[in-house]
Amino acid sequence: MYFFRHFGSFILMIRGMFSRPENYRMYWKELMHQCVELGIGSLGIVSIISVFIGAVSTVQTAYQLVSPLVPISTIAQIVRDTVILEFAPTLSCIVLAGVVGSKIASELGNMRVSEQIDALEIMGINTRAYLIMPKIVACLIMIPLLVVIAMTVGIWGGRFAGQAAGIMSYEVFDRGLFKDFIAYNVTFALTKAYTFAFIISAIPAYYGYHVRGGALEIGQSSTRAVVTSCVTVLLADYILAALLLD
Amino acid sequence: MIEVRNLRKGFGDRTVISDVSAVMETGKCNLIIGASGSGKTVLMKCMVGLLDPDAGDIIYDNLRFTGMNTGEKKEMRRQIGMLFQGSALFDSMTVEQNVMFPLDMFSNMTRGEKQKRVDEVLARVQLVEAHRKFPAEISGGMKKRVGIARAIVLNPRYLFCDEPNSGLDPQTSLVIDKLIREITLEYNITTVVNTHDMNSVMEMGDRIFYMYQGYKEWEGSNQEIIFSKNEKLNAFIFASDFLRDAKDMRMLELKGRISDQRDMDSMLRES
Repeated sequence: MYFFRHFGSFILMIRGMFSRPENYRMYWKELMHQCVELGIGSLGIVSIISVFIGAVSTVQTAYQLVSPLVPISTIAQIVRDTVILEFAPTLSCIVLAGVVGSKIASELGNMRVSEQIDALEIMGINTRAYLIMPKIVACLIMIPLLVVIAMTVGIWGGRFAGQAAGIMSYEVFDRGLFKDFIAYNVTFALTKAYTFAFIISAIPAYYGYHVRGGALEIGQSSTRAVVTSCVTVLLADYILAALLLD
Repeated sequence: MIEVRNLRKGFGDRTVISDVSAVMETGKCNLIIGASGSGKTVLMKCMVGLLDPDAGDIIYDNLRFTGMNTGEKKEMRRQIGMLFQGSALFDSMTVEQNVMFPLDMFSNMTRGEKQKRVDEVLARVQLVEAHRKFPAEISGGMKKRVGIARAIVLNPRYLFCDEPNSGLDPQTSLVIDKLIREITLEYNITTVVNTHDMNSVMEMGDRIFYMYQGYKEWEGSNQEIIFSKNEKLNAFIFASDFLRDAKDMRMLELKGRISDQRDMDSMLRES
């Protein structure tokens, strides 16, 4: 019952976002602001995580690949595919669920508790459209871009680690990198990125927008938003893999 | 003029407002007073459309607000300005941006015209050197004044103030009360103020509505409140001995029985 009540409320929130903007220029300004806040603001953490994930993947794959019958360039293939298929979209989005999710939930929660949302409503502004829609759209624009950056930086990190640890040269890595490349993997990764982008923006927005109480409740809803987003991302990850990688 | 007709509102099994009717007149400060939990905030939220009443009507100058669709309500709300209890200023914006926000959203003014209007309203609330400051950098009284400036920047026809004096010292409260009263007369708007500050009641209560446990218990002016025989109202207003004495003195004064300082001294001794 609890789940259905929240799900129904979530659907109503999403439906409520679709109305004619009161002023297109102000909505555009807000969208650009959110793209910078949520997208550019997360670039640093995504890059750092991706470099290390790629580097660790190379080192650990080399450690496990002990057979002399398997060419060393296979490591680059494995790193490429794991980074593209799983690490870049899923791991980046799990981290972003924490960074972006808590930011969205606490910002909206604070606005709700301090009556700023009521103030906007009194002015005749559709707060779902003005406050939530730009955040979700900004995530749908920026997170796939961040995932593409995470893929590139992750593979670069793996390539660098291979050379630095003396596992293989750049030439050998590059040979493996371009061997048997399946373009569909990138399409699949971007499909995941769009799905996760919606999850990690809409769920925290729901929790933040519906906060009741004070500072304590803002913290609680922020935590709940991040946990729910992470679990939903993992669930969606499995469903998409089962459906699209058949 | 705002008319409330047989308004009812409850949450779950609990009825918060029961059959409240009132007429808030234009060009006057209409005060809703009552103890905490008496339903005055819920009444105000129903009036501005933040809550949907279970029954009854709210009529703004012959326009039935409760019967309007979402689009019509949005249009109507542009004629409403509201000062919130905590001021509800946008944290990420400066004072100037806060006041300019409704103009940016709803007016077709040029940048220069908007700036002129913002300067004008900030000057009206006596805030001329706070344009570039953020809400976190200004005092509670200044926040209230910015809230008032934002509420009146679009020239509303109706002004709602929810506990305008909460958290303010008596002197600043007086300044805010005076400002609300002046703006009401100057712009000839219908002002509705939610308060339990007795200074405000006496200072600006052209029309007073006393709420008791969800009902409108009493209605009158700030002169009539002194002579009211309503026990619940008297228990609420003159809760302390000091206020009861002050009331007695004011009554005597109004009746012309206090003629000089000597009479007042003797009264104080007796009390």
